[in-house]
Amino acid sequence: MNIDKRLVRKDSLEKLFDILKRNSKTIYAPFTKNGKSTFRDTESFGAISTGYIQTTESAKDIAFPRTEKLLDFSKSKEGMSVKGTDLNDIPDVILWGVRPCDASGIGELSSIFNWDYKDEIYINRLSKVTVFGFSCSKSDEYCFCTSVGGNPGNTAGSDILFTLLGEEGDYLAEIITEKGLAVVDLAQNLFEKTDISGKEKFLAELPVKFSHEDIRLKLDKFFESKEWIEQSLRCLGCGACAYVCPTCACFDIQDEAHGKKGSRVRCWDSCGFSHFTVHTSGYNPRNVQSARWRQRIMHKFSYMPERLSVYGCTGCGRCSRACPVDMNILEHLISIQEVTV
Amino acid sequence: MVDLIKRAKELLESSAVKVVIGYEQGTGNKTRALFVEKTEDADKLIFDSRCIQNLAAYVTKKEVKEKGKMAIAATLPVMRSIIQLASEFQVNDNNLLVLGITPESNLIEFANLVEVETFVHQYQIEIDARNKEMLDKLAKMTSAERWKFWVDELAPCFKCYACRAACPMCYCSRCTVDFNQPQWIPVPSTELGNLEWHIMRAMHLTGRCIDCDACYNACPLSIPINLLTKRMLVDAKEHFGNYQPSLKGDNLMSTYKPDDKENFIQ
Amino acid sequence: MAEFEPKIVAFVCNWCTYAGADLTGTSRIKYASNVRIIRFPCTGRIDYMLLLKAFDEGADGIIVSGCHPNDCHYTSGNFHARRRWIMFRSLCDFTGIDTERIKFSWVSAAEGAKWAEIVNTTVASIRELGPYTDYKKVAKYPEKEVIHG
Ligand code: SF4
Ligand code: SF4
Ligand code: SF4
Ligand code: SF4
Ligand code: FES
Repeated sequence: MNIDKRLVRKDSLEKLFDILKRNSKTIYAPFTKNGKSTFRDTESFGAISTGYIQTTESAKDIAFPRTEKLLDFSKSKEGMSVKGTDLNDIPDVILWGVRPCDASGIGELSSIFNWDYKDEIYINRLSKVTVFGFSCSKSDEYCFCTSVGGNPGNTAGSDILFTLLGEEGDYLAEIITEKGLAVVDLAQNLFEKTDISGKEKFLAELPVKFSHEDIRLKLDKFFESKEWIEQSLRCLGCGACAYVCPTCACFDIQDEAHGKKGSRVRCWDSCGFSHFTVHTSGYNPRNVQSARWRQRIMHKFSYMPERLSVYGCTGCGRCSRACPVDMNILEHLISIQEVTV
Repeated sequence: MVDLIKRAKELLESSAVKVVIGYEQGTGNKTRALFVEKTEDADKLIFDSRCIQNLAAYVTKKEVKEKGKMAIAATLPVMRSIIQLASEFQVNDNNLLVLGITPESNLIEFANLVEVETFVHQYQIEIDARNKEMLDKLAKMTSAERWKFWVDELAPCFKCYACRAACPMCYCSRCTVDFNQPQWIPVPSTELGNLEWHIMRAMHLTGRCIDCDACYNACPLSIPINLLTKRMLVDAKEHFGNYQPSLKGDNLMSTYKPDDKENFIQ
Repeated sequence: MAEFEPKIVAFVCNWCTYAGADLTGTSRIKYASNVRIIRFPCTGRIDYMLLLKAFDEGADGIIVSGCHPNDCHYTSGNFHARRRWIMFRSLCDFTGIDTERIKFSWVSAAEGAKWAEIVNTTVASIRELGPYTDYKKVAKYPEKEVIHG
């Protein structure tokens, strides 16, 4: 599909929201509590947070929720009965206000859930999502999308990408996919014809800080480096970096039972936790934090490119912002690039 | 901090300690922990009002402990944590030297933990005005309102356990939440799982928490979980009298008085 | 609608309250049958997490009971327990868990009548309060499909 460019006036965004609501769409948009933002089911346009460089949590939750029931089970005299998730129950969702680094992260996450095993639940959830990306006109010292192949106006992953056209507050809407087009069809008159073409001057400027290709090559011989120990000494081994990351996909499967019935649920897990790799025997192959930190970087910059042909990092900078001890991934990647093996 | 840098260098040069734990300038406006093992790195040490991470969380960390004798730049909350940890046999004079930083930002070195304890006991743990106000506000609510407040506040918690990781007192190699036989607390982030996790956390910290706010500062979602431990602190004082972490090891919740008072047991 | 029958779980120490409850039975004192008794070696073993688990599983009220102070079979289990109850109760109060639904008592092996009274008044007061829907609502998972942030 050719990208169709339209103009959306400042006031039209709210009208669009209302029209979508009238068409009974569920809209997940940034919502702020205690100064931290995440994507929530939103009923009113006014409740949507604005002005954020990046939301605290990523939008991956929409297809890979922190907690998801896989099946129900119950035990009776007749035996065990099991009921799986009804994929038809998954609602249509509009994901509103996603930054390009999150939108492109959906592709990276999908590559994991479509690898050897096709994850039906994830695939179905995602198929119901229409992504409204919003380009970045600002960035901060933690952003580095341009170093990992992205950019502040990247259309990858978005169904429609909105770019703020300066002070007046109008938007350029790039309609990228059929899904995006279906939304435009609901509100034709809000998407005006336009001959505006260049959006670059409205985007944040973000110089490239390292080369992800170089990092990948470097990592091939970096497994035994002392650098991992140096970098990770202050790491506390929590799950903050993984849980806010748009591409971290590790999960745990747990049975939550009450008496004779219960559910099997999938919930987020993190390679940073000390128990993540503990074997039943008690042996832990990653028994120090440096091994766990190494796994985090290797997985994203070596194993994923090798096996899935994508990098596991979109440069959103969330992990650096969320880390309680200032483990700044950008700084660490740069020092990996600079250190001699 | 010139004094601190100088002292760190001396200690490392004389091999009195193997590592000095302090703060350095981080990225952006952040500060962060620094582990100085080579004298030349000591120049990176800083100290200012942004240095609020509780460094005592590192003295029980395997990778740090294994380096050998540690010295730690310790503000008042860090010193309190160390006394608490010493009372729980996690640190002692043989493996830790305290380079105290007084509330006036002066360096003060202690020969041993007894001196640290004496110093710490000059000060009371005071809950700051903003949180005191929050506690009062909550106290005035009805029980149902408080329930709603906590269910709402804890709902965002995605169980990253950064609060636990940042707390010096949470050093267990296996936390109750990590047990699954029996499983005490639902592993997934659910309303119930979150509530039980935080009740459990607050109970395990009762009488041990020294109110450093490291847990709250670590939470990527800024959930006011420190209110739980603060309330426990206030109530414990009310019921059992003033207490401070102490080397005598008479931890509040592992001791009792035959005449402890209550008014609810029939 | 049928009258609400509260579900009550009693966590009791083996040496005093359990024996006391036995005495209530053998003395043929009539008392409400809503209580499921769980026997513990000592109140010192009654972990507060167990009380939460009882609410999780649908209890509307809880009784915790053991030997009077100075009568603990293990000397100090109940003194330790008492400290914990004090702090746990205050945490429950702070988090909005209904403290009216948790009754603490000392019942000796000789106090069969007291046990009957504790049970009867607890059942009556929980009947008054109604089912503990607040907690049940939170515990209703895993009926919910998905939990987003
Ligand atoms: S690793 Fe960090 S910077 Fe990269 S995508 Fe994940 S959260 Fe963003
Ligand atoms: S890097 Fe930071 S956020 Fe990640 S596990 Fe370590 S301390 Fe936690
Ligand atoms: S619970 Fe929080 S305030 Fe208390 S000692 Fe631990 S980190 Fe500090
Ligand atoms: S740090 Fe915050 S989000 Fe993470 S487990 Fe603690 S309260 Fe929950
Ligand atoms: S044996 Fe009854 S309370 Fe300890």
